[in-house]
Amino acid sequence: MELLLVLILGLLYAAGVYLILRRSMVKLLLGIILWGNGANILIFVLGKITKGSPPVIDGAYKVFQDVYADPIPQALILTAIVISFGLTSFAIVLLKRVYALVDSDDLDDLNTPEEEDI
Amino acid sequence: MLFTVLTGLITSSLLVPFGKIIKTKWSILLPFIPVILFLFYLWHVPVIANGTNVIQHLAWVPSLGVNFDFRLDGLSLLFALLITGIGTAIFFYGRSYLKGHVYFDRFFAYLLLFMSAMLGVVLANNILTLFVFWELTSISSFFLIGFNNDSKESRNSALTALSITGLGGFFLLAGLVLAGNIADTFIISELFAQHDKIVNHPLYPLIVGLVFIGAFTKSAQFPFHFWLPGAMKAPTPVSAYLHSATMVKAGIYLLARLTPALGSTELWNTTLMIVGGFTMVYAAIHSLFRTDLKGVLAYSTISALGILTFLLGIGSNEAIIAASVFILVHALYKATLFMVTGIIDHETHTRDLTKLSGLRKVLMPVFIAALLAALSSAGLPYTFGFIGKDLIYEATLHYQENWALWLTALAVITNIGLVAAGFMAGIKPFTGRLPSEFEQVHLPYKSMWIPPLILATLGLVFGIFPGIVGDYFNHQTANAIAGQETGMHLKIWHGFNTVLILSLATLAAGTVVYLLNKPSRAKLAAIERFNKISPQHIISNIANGITRFSSVYTNAIHDGYLRSYHLKIILFAELLLAYKLWLGGPIQIDFENLTPLSWYEVGIVAILIGALYIIVTTKSRLTSVVSTSVIGYCICLLFVFYSAPDLAMTQFTIDTLTTVLFVLVLYKLPPFINFVRQGILIRDAIVALGFGVIISLIALRVLYEPNTTAISDFYGENAYLLAKGKNVVNVILVDFRGMDTMFETVVLSIAALGVYSLIKLRLKSSEKE
Repeated sequence: MELLLVLILGLLYAAGVYLILRRSMVKLLLGIILWGNGANILIFVLGKITKGSPPVIDGAYKVFQDVYADPIPQALILTAIVISFGLTSFAIVLLKRVYALVDSDDLDDLNTPEEEDI
Repeated sequence: MLFTVLTGLITSSLLVPFGKIIKTKWSILLPFIPVILFLFYLWHVPVIANGTNVIQHLAWVPSLGVNFDFRLDGLSLLFALLITGIGTAIFFYGRSYLKGHVYFDRFFAYLLLFMSAMLGVVLANNILTLFVFWELTSISSFFLIGFNNDSKESRNSALTALSITGLGGFFLLAGLVLAGNIADTFIISELFAQHDKIVNHPLYPLIVGLVFIGAFTKSAQFPFHFWLPGAMKAPTPVSAYLHSATMVKAGIYLLARLTPALGSTELWNTTLMIVGGFTMVYAAIHSLFRTDLKGVLAYSTISALGILTFLLGIGSNEAIIAASVFILVHALYKATLFMVTGIIDHETHTRDLTKLSGLRKVLMPVFIAALLAALSSAGLPYTFGFIGKDLIYEATLHYQENWALWLTALAVITNIGLVAAGFMAGIKPFTGRLPSEFEQVHLPYKSMWIPPLILATLGLVFGIFPGIVGDYFNHQTANAIAGQETGMHLKIWHGFNTVLILSLATLAAGTVVYLLNKPSRAKLAAIERFNKISPQHIISNIANGITRFSSVYTNAIHDGYLRSYHLKIILFAELLLAYKLWLGGPIQIDFENLTPLSWYEVGIVAILIGALYIIVTTKSRLTSVVSTSVIGYCICLLFVFYSAPDLAMTQFTIDTLTTVLFVLVLYKLPPFINFVRQGILIRDAIVALGFGVIISLIALRVLYEPNTTAISDFYGENAYLLAKGKNVVNVILVDFRGMDTMFETVVLSIAALGVYSLIKLRLKSSEKE
């Protein structure tokens, strides 16, 4: 399974980079999201994946009795997911605003402001 | 001694708040600063004359070896007296010269800063302290040259001077630090004892080269001389002070100071003789073609600096004696001539030699000062210049037999030029018929013509009684440069010998040149044809070339397209990572420890890859957004399989929210337009796949590494015992790393505020395109 996850994260990174290199702002944003997902899986894989034993202590005990999945990557990824949501939601709204202003989602329309605006 | 350095700095900064007051009659206080400092150093003359050195040590940054080490010996004292003495004259003079100027306070602030910096240079006994003050003189000189900041030429000249001298400073620093490291001390007087060690070190030629660049740039030696004529854009008091008497001599001071540490080798002496010899002849000839009074003086200053370098290059006791006397001789007459020029400029508003004549009728006392200075510069018997010139000839004549004649010839040519140049600047404007336009010219304030008169008279007094100078401290200057007893004893009369004949011949030839050479625009134009091959032209071309290169380079990198920046950054990262991976050797995979696959996992991965393919290829915005959310859900399922229930829940919620937000906000947008050509798509695909492959390889490499779980184990064991929680991930987030989570919440709140306000913000009609 690890090999498959490695393949997936590679593809997510590749797709992310490809979309970031496009002119459309929406694609840029999607690329960033994919890239973030890839990074999450990367962290996840590196923490030695374990099947069927979440890092939750059994009700009756005070400490683990068995092997359990590494909690640190999970804590990190959880933080990453939430933060990237903050970024994404703000970017989406910003995108809408830009679209309303310049009537385009082409990045090239943004880099040369009109002379009289300066 | 520290206080003398700090006085100027402190008063200079005091002029910032109290500048307004000093513009009024209180400006009379200003000249008393150099007066006090001058008296302080005058009081030290008897001490130094005995051969004692005054040393002061004050820790500054001891851990770096940077300390306020000051040392006053014969050489430092000569310069300190020049700086404060001529400074006194300049302060009195400048106060009248700039009376009523808008930036009067600023001018004196710069001037005081410069005086302090210069005192720091000549007193510093620590390499790094010396460097700090050295650069400070360049900086204050920059402000003074660019003082008339509304003139473009002025600004350009200031910039040229700063770049040349500032750049030289860096070379100097490198050279000094190298020397200091070899000798294992940053204290200059301790370097002297290490002379043999430094000189025999393989890096010695490099050190000498670096130090020379520093000294030559500062002292305007060929090919770095051209900043000095440009620096004449400064107000004349500045030219008189910085660019004839003091700052430009800092390079000479440095060479003299370091002679006992680095000198007395063939490399040192030959280079100095060649550079100095060429500069003195080149500049002496050049000065004869100028029509601007200050231009004549600038080139004759360069020539005099060339003589000093040349003398230090000869390096014999006689040459060093000649150099130590000539520093004083030159400072006295050149400062006078500059101040006279300033008066002429101030009163007639022109410095053009072709227009000026007959001014003796209206400016008699000024003429006397100018005449005395010109005669001293010409080396007429019974002037101080006569003694200086005698010593120079003596030094060249007593050089190694087969070269003595050539060196003497060079010195004679230079001196003929200097005689003529001195007469041009000191006599020419005052003789002849007084043109009607100058009839209204009148004497300026006393404080303007008395200082040059005093300096010129000193030249005469020292000439008649050379013992005053020679026996009281100047012999210690020579001793300090040579690092041994030089046995200097100045006399007026050396007997009827070769030197005297040469001296008189020079004087006669110089007078003839002066009488024959009428400054004219035609001659100036003739010499300006050679500008194309002048160092100034070449160096400014190099500078322009660098500017052009950097602008082409910048435009190539910063083309203004976001995706092009991305491409460059990603490609660079790929190269770096690939190189690092390659260094690490082949990648191994531990097939034994892999988790087994099940059919539903393969199914999810297949869906995920399919969704990815759709995102990349689709033309519909909505399809790509939905596909992104499919990917999110797939990942969510993977989290479920692999023991991460919290992640799965979070991913599920967030993914849903993102998709809803996307759809709500962007549903109106048109489909993607296919902007680009096939070629670019393929290029980007290759770059993207390359990046994915590299990240995958990194992941494989890390997977093979043994896992360290010490921290995870700590959290796992203590989650309940310490934090009373059974879900370890949650405990980490809200307890062990609770602070981080709190700030994360803050970040999210800020994002939420941003989202909310952007949605609420209504579009003004004017903003709509």
